[in-house]
Amino acid sequence: MSDAVLPPRLSPGLSPGLAPPRPRWRAGETLTAWMLSLPAVLAYWVLLLLPTLAAVALAFTDYELGMDGFAWIGLGNFAELMTDRGFLQAFRNTLFYVAVVTPGSILGALGLALLIEGGTRGRTFFRAVFFLPVVSLTVAMASAWQYLLHPTIGPLNAVLRQVGVEGPAWLSSSGTVMWALAGIGIWENLGFNLVLFLAGLTAIPRDLYAAAEVDGARSAWSRFRLVTWPMLGPTTLFVLTITMIRAVRVFDTVKVLTQGGPDRASEVLLHTMYQEGFTYFRLGYSAAITLVFLAIVLALMWLQTRVLDKRVHYG
Amino acid sequence: MSGIRIEGVARRYGGTAVLKGVSLEVAAGEFVALLGPSGCGKSTLMRLIAGIDRPDAGRILIQGRDVTALRPADRDVAMVFQSYALYPHLTVEENIAVPLAMRRLSAPQRLPLLGRWWPGSRAARRAIHEEVGSAALALGLGSLLDRRPGQLSGGQRQRVALARAIVRHPAAFLMDEPLSNLDAALRVHTRREIVEIHRRVGAATLYVTHDQTEALTMADRVAVMQGGEILQVAGPRAIYADPEDLRVACFIGSPRINTLEGVADSHGLVRLGGYPSGLRLCGAAAGPAPVTLAVRPEDLYLSETGGLPAEAAGLEFLGESLLLHARLAGGTPLVCRLPPSYVPDLPPGSPVRLGFDPARALLFDARGKRLRDIAVVPEPALV
Repeated sequence: MSDAVLPPRLSPGLSPGLAPPRPRWRAGETLTAWMLSLPAVLAYWVLLLLPTLAAVALAFTDYELGMDGFAWIGLGNFAELMTDRGFLQAFRNTLFYVAVVTPGSILGALGLALLIEGGTRGRTFFRAVFFLPVVSLTVAMASAWQYLLHPTIGPLNAVLRQVGVEGPAWLSSSGTVMWALAGIGIWENLGFNLVLFLAGLTAIPRDLYAAAEVDGARSAWSRFRLVTWPMLGPTTLFVLTITMIRAVRVFDTVKVLTQGGPDRASEVLLHTMYQEGFTYFRLGYSAAITLVFLAIVLALMWLQTRVLDKRVHYG
Repeated sequence: MSGIRIEGVARRYGGTAVLKGVSLEVAAGEFVALLGPSGCGKSTLMRLIAGIDRPDAGRILIQGRDVTALRPADRDVAMVFQSYALYPHLTVEENIAVPLAMRRLSAPQRLPLLGRWWPGSRAARRAIHEEVGSAALALGLGSLLDRRPGQLSGGQRQRVALARAIVRHPAAFLMDEPLSNLDAALRVHTRREIVEIHRRVGAATLYVTHDQTEALTMADRVAVMQGGEILQVAGPRAIYADPEDLRVACFIGSPRINTLEGVADSHGLVRLGGYPSGLRLCGAAAGPAPVTLAVRPEDLYLSETGGLPAEAAGLEFLGESLLLHARLAGGTPLVCRLPPSYVPDLPPGSPVRLGFDPARALLFDARGKRLRDIAVVPEPALV
């Protein structure tokens, strides 16, 4: 470790002919290395590792806020999770949300990016328009959505009425609430993915398209298959991972618009965790949900780095 | 029958005319080099022939067929790009197979997994596999078929690009500075290889380059291009020894040809700064007029008594020859190529006399056009 930090031959004032006093020098070097990395190591432990470990430990206790003591209950919390209808509902809803938002916002962003890149004018304008949801405050935007989706005064249902369809109460009927939330989720993530795809598209060498044309790729689709899609591989992988992780983390729209209702129909993982931890003060149980959440995120990251990464970086 | 025929092709980008009515013909089986400095429009012309870009005016014919309005895929041309433009996600074999697969397999047959089992797919794929194999073999890529471009050296990538071009046996080959990304030693080697491949394949080839050595050594004919115009098309020897235009004379040859400003008097006798040149303009061109006399460094020699008086500025030893840099009284620089065995030292400032055989000098008019109707005046000899 110390060798890697500062190779002895880089040290000033030592002529190569003289044998340096090796042992003493080494010890000093090691100490310097530790001193230099101490702030980062401390910050990492105090801010990241210890809280995580504390959460892991909490997950195996029955600790509740305000209690004098706690008992180790092993996998008790997890056993309870398996039978907790509320948690299972939240788990299913989160999976549904990820399964709709991820393809929706990725394919939508890719399509829009191709349209914007293919157009000759207004690139900056469209990029800014679609990026707006990313920089705006979701909580504030949620009230706009509440108005848009309102069953009687909302513009969406007004439009539907024009074509003779009676729109549902989007956010307060259990059949549509997750679809409505997923729609908002797509709107939220689209701009972010769009900007990433635009950057990826710009990086594709123009010569490859010219070569594809000369090689006989007549249709736009065959050029997309031969050049654009494979060349966007690393971008798509990154977008996929980041979108899935962002989708698993869905919380603020649920908290502001539905509070998990009606009748838990829009309950999601983080909202359940928040309720258990900060409404019912069951910190041990809440920590167990956090661990489940952490496991999902880590699994997604593992999928990216170990499996998919090898298939999209060529060389 | 002609391979490639270009008739009065023009192209503007915004307000700049990049090509000003270019005409050129490459016969079937011929190798023509398009030589010019960067920015002269040669790559633009190449892209117009490939169909990647469209001309504003003029026609392009390939094997007698007007392809001006056709898509690149329908023109029956293959192109080797300066950047090679290989598909990084495909193996060498798949890269070479792309032009065949795109033309012979239908869209469903090209599908990643399903395509293999689509009716007719197997036989077509087997044929493609064999043709790719023989193209790869011709370029010594047999052992690299499973690699990806990222795992290959520059020279190997270059060969994959060539194999992808020849695999389909197109009517015309276009090569856009294919050697510029290789190191010097590999460039000399690949030069010969490309010429041999061309001989074997025998398609009309247009080769764009800014390197005169490449153009002169590889091509049957060289088209010299400058400022969006083709100045001269001729064999390598003629381009060097018998240029039509002063710009061609100056562009070809290293070191650059020596140019001397002179005047032709009313008898047509050409004088250089007061010294007779030994040349006389005949015919209509005669009359008091400014002319430019150009003479190659190897046609200048050190003279004892005759020639133009000059001042030595320095010697450069090149191995196979020795370059003497000198300056005329008026400040005009001259370069003279001497045999490497030349011994006497010429310190800067020492007086020298430089002579030349008038028969080997070239005369150009004020617009840079070659004056051919000239005669050597036997007397008086230089000075």
